[in-house]
Amino acid sequence: MRTVIPVENDDTLAAVRGFLRRLLEEQIVDALLVPMETPAGGGRIGVVPALVTDPGMLDAANPLAPVMGVNTARVAGQVSIREPRGRVGVVLRSCEVRALVELAKLHQAELDDLVIIGLDCLGTYDVPVHGTMQDDGALDMAALLATARSGDLAPREGYAFRSACQMCEKPHAEGADITLELFGADLTAGVPVTLPDEVGEKLGLGSEGEDGQRSEVVEKVVSVRTEVRDDRFAEIREQLDQEGIDVVFAACVRCHNCMDVCPICYCKQCLFRSHVFQHEPIQYLNWARRKGAYRLPSDTMLFHLTRLNHMVLSCIGCGMCTSACPAELPVDLVFRATGARLQEGFDYVPGRSVEEPLPLITFREDEWLDVGGE
Amino acid sequence: MTSDFEPRIISFLCTWCTYTAADTAGISRMRYPPNADIIRVMCSGSVDPTYVLRPLLDGVDGVLIGGCHPGDCHYQSGNYKARRRIVALKMILDSVGLDDERVWLRWISGAEAGRYAETVTQMTEALKEKGLNPMRQKWAV
Ligand code: SF4
Ligand code: SF4
Ligand code: FES
Repeated sequence: MRTVIPVENDDTLAAVRGFLRRLLEEQIVDALLVPMETPAGGGRIGVVPALVTDPGMLDAANPLAPVMGVNTARVAGQVSIREPRGRVGVVLRSCEVRALVELAKLHQAELDDLVIIGLDCLGTYDVPVHGTMQDDGALDMAALLATARSGDLAPREGYAFRSACQMCEKPHAEGADITLELFGADLTAGVPVTLPDEVGEKLGLGSEGEDGQRSEVVEKVVSVRTEVRDDRFAEIREQLDQEGIDVVFAACVRCHNCMDVCPICYCKQCLFRSHVFQHEPIQYLNWARRKGAYRLPSDTMLFHLTRLNHMVLSCIGCGMCTSACPAELPVDLVFRATGARLQEGFDYVPGRSVEEPLPLITFREDEWLDVGGE
Repeated sequence: MTSDFEPRIISFLCTWCTYTAADTAGISRMRYPPNADIIRVMCSGSVDPTYVLRPLLDGVDGVLIGGCHPGDCHYQSGNYKARRRIVALKMILDSVGLDDERVWLRWISGAEAGRYAETVTQMTEALKEKGLNPMRQKWAV
């Protein structure tokens, strides 16, 4: 059913917190995995995911905070992967919902006892930017929430959204069990939500209101963002074509941050952290002699190309990789632009459905018949 | 490229088919270029993209993957999965500015020694056309 959570005194966040509290109180879930505010030093507030069982503590919950330091799908696996487990409500942005769907297919999360609470995303800042904005007194929640109604999503002047958000053409939450539909809504009046009838009844909510402006606003946001995305894809493709990935990623310091924060890169025993790349000293000398010089740590491009091969079909474009890169490389852009091509080639949309098999574990007999022939 | 350029090929050959073909080609003293080094694998489906990428980034001029014809894989579907993996790999190489034509996947049964010799000949010729893998001169990879 579709209903509206009433907002009092223009306090949208209080209304959302109240709704989440009711989910716990009515025992619709045993716990909520939700972004929580916590003091982060120097008067700043940090926003980090936590598993909350005490409804009273949800006064610190803030799923509307425009900051993304973790793709929460990564930790949703930890609280769901095996029994015994509780019934957990996970509050996720659209890209996190998509990541969770991919992780379920990779057997790194189990959806059976998860209640996905999806949220339209108005754009997020990197953690340090979010901190600076607080110092500057520039974090204006009311102004940000107002952009939901028109769909004219924009960061505060003088600050930039994370690069992935700037080109995100899927900010609207899809495929969740409960969806907070921010787009098109006057959030000072109420927060539209769709949820299963039985949950609505338990919460004593009556069906209310139609889709209103949401579809139109989503359509507008999608078209603006798609344009930005296509421009950036064209730019990076041209650069890759001209210079090659070895030049684009030349400044990589091999910290593996991009892999650590990627929700899709889940392997516990990554090849690149194994002994496979530890050789005898003389071996390095021989390699150096062959080309005259040998880059160390070795195999940096191999790292990126292997990651592309292992996960890019599932890349959902959250941009955590770029946010985490100390060398400020356009990791998400390279992965998204490459991923888009493969996803199209294999007719696969990551995050769309748990029913759709991962392209590399399935096959059809009558495909690519020219490959392997002449 | 000058004609004295001899490309280096690394080949991953399925033991049940293409490797046998290569063996027969040798025993039958078929004439074909000596440019391909052979690594025997249990199935084309066991070739991880990393195996293909490492030599390419090192500067090897071409990588050949040889497997059983579709329908003939001893592990039922290894070669079908290999096909998807290699298609993906080639798309990725092409997307990031690397030459995907240096990677060949060929179905060659144990009985097709002639086809194996022909494939190595064709690949050697094609790589001569292309010239040196630029990665051979790049140290910063
Ligand atoms: S590669 Fe980057 S953008 Fe893609 S899923 Fe991983 S962290 Fe997100
Ligand atoms: S985060 Fe950046 S510097 Fe670190 S390994 Fe990834 S691309 Fe390289
Ligand atoms: S056994 Fe030969 S390709 Fe699988």
